[in-house]
Amino acid sequence: MDINDLRSIVTVVSFITFIGIVIWAFSGGRKSAFDEAARLPMEDDEYERVNVNSVPRAAEH
Amino acid sequence: MEAQATYNYKVVRQFSIMTVVWGIVGMLVGVIIAAQLVWPDLTFGIPYLSYGRLRPLHTNAVIFAFGGSALFATSYYVVQRTCHTRLFGDGLAAFTFWGWQVVILLAAITLPLGFTSAKEYAELEWPIDILITLVWVTYAVVFFGTIMKRKTPHIYVANWFFGAFILTVALLHVVNSAALPVNLFKSYSAYAGVQDAMVQWWYGHNAVGFFLTAGFLGMMYYFVPKQAGRPVYSYRLSVVHFWALIFTYMWAGPHHLHYTALPDWTQSIGMLFSLILLAPSWGGMINGIMTLSGAWHKLRTDPILKFLVTSLSFYGMSTFEGPMMAIKSVNALSHYTDWTVGHVHSGALGWVAMVSIGCIYYLIPRLFGREQMYSIKLITAHFWIATIGVVLYIAAMWIAGVAEGLMWRAVNPDGTLTYSFAEAVKMTYPFLTIRLLGGLMFLSGMLIMAYNVFKTVVGAKAVNDAAIPAVAGAHA
Repeated sequence: MDINDLRSIVTVVSFITFIGIVIWAFSGGRKSAFDEAARLPMEDDEYERVNVNSVPRAAEH
Repeated sequence: MEAQATYNYKVVRQFSIMTVVWGIVGMLVGVIIAAQLVWPDLTFGIPYLSYGRLRPLHTNAVIFAFGGSALFATSYYVVQRTCHTRLFGDGLAAFTFWGWQVVILLAAITLPLGFTSAKEYAELEWPIDILITLVWVTYAVVFFGTIMKRKTPHIYVANWFFGAFILTVALLHVVNSAALPVNLFKSYSAYAGVQDAMVQWWYGHNAVGFFLTAGFLGMMYYFVPKQAGRPVYSYRLSVVHFWALIFTYMWAGPHHLHYTALPDWTQSIGMLFSLILLAPSWGGMINGIMTLSGAWHKLRTDPILKFLVTSLSFYGMSTFEGPMMAIKSVNALSHYTDWTVGHVHSGALGWVAMVSIGCIYYLIPRLFGREQMYSIKLITAHFWIATIGVVLYIAAMWIAGVAEGLMWRAVNPDGTLTYSFAEAVKMTYPFLTIRLLGGLMFLSGMLIMAYNVFKTVVGAKAVNDAAIPAVAGAHA
């Protein structure tokens, strides 16, 4: 087996892996987990103006 | 566990401010070299200010100083806030800030002095390359360290993009910068001939793909949903287009070497994978824009959202243009012309700069304990002046580039060239002037931003450590 067979195998394996990812992503079972993940940025509260340890600071410029 | 209950905002703030500063510096150098193309004697023949030395200074400053600072700022902010945990290693994070600033200063000194490895977007000589590697490995430790101590079950998709960007840039930088030093200021590439060219453009195009795309898509996946007030349109699509980008981008580099000594099959592979890239690129663009569905009215009043959505439109446009230009027969016309310069700036100004500017406008008030920016009207003014500037820039370069391509290839019936090179140069003159105007407008927008940021920051109380809010509605 020469190096080119290896290259072909890697290409085919990569392609199959990608198809696998697509099927996995679109499988019904992932829906709730994806919804949960999509809400992550929404969960952290807006305008967290609670300053811990922050020091009053004059303008730098 | 006092330190665990807060977010590290200090390093985010430092990088955010420097994004504005380096944006102005980098774009100013860009305006100077654009002016040199209109008035060649502008810098009185001073060698340190010659076009050939300032041009890499411009590209390094806008990509790595401006874009890099924006990436550090947003990735550190996003990874903390979506992992609900403080950044790993305060000292390490501080080292990435100061280390990166030293790299930028060294670039600003060595490039005008003429020290260069002559590799595009990787001109810096070997001692600086080593410092970059140290900073970058530290960046990876901070970022992935934060992911590892996350309090959330999921790793939000923005972090996947930031993570891919950090890992890939490490790989690209180390492989492409491999060189044999002959003294402190000079080294020779470890590769020779066409291999050197291929390694260079494997690096070069993946710098576009991972430094200038994946990282900024990470920004998009956090800041567009936040500013629109709704979760991303399709999380599934984000997963699929992430992996599609990862599997295809690595192969696109050869399209920079069409019709060169590079083997033909390599050129064809580069072209094919560049064409495939249209799908994942547009997947990301559609996902970002559709996140606004049901919130379109916000676009009318919110200039930050205008920046973010316009950046996505430019992303869509330039990722359509790119694959087209990678087709060999199109490339035969476009290569080495100003069309390429126009394409790059439609991506760099329209997509990368605009999404960064939108994110910085989002961050600055939060990092300084303000409700919002000093002036929303000035953000709107910035938006319009920047947009008109980009459009002028790229339209001028399209016209100049296509005309150059056509003039260079025109032949008389007897086989001699119809136009001399100087005739094509002369033709571009008015378009180079319009390009200068476009660039000047974009720079003016950055100055408006600097003023707005200054007025927001002055007298404000900088937030070093922000309390981590209780999760899932249980806010105390």
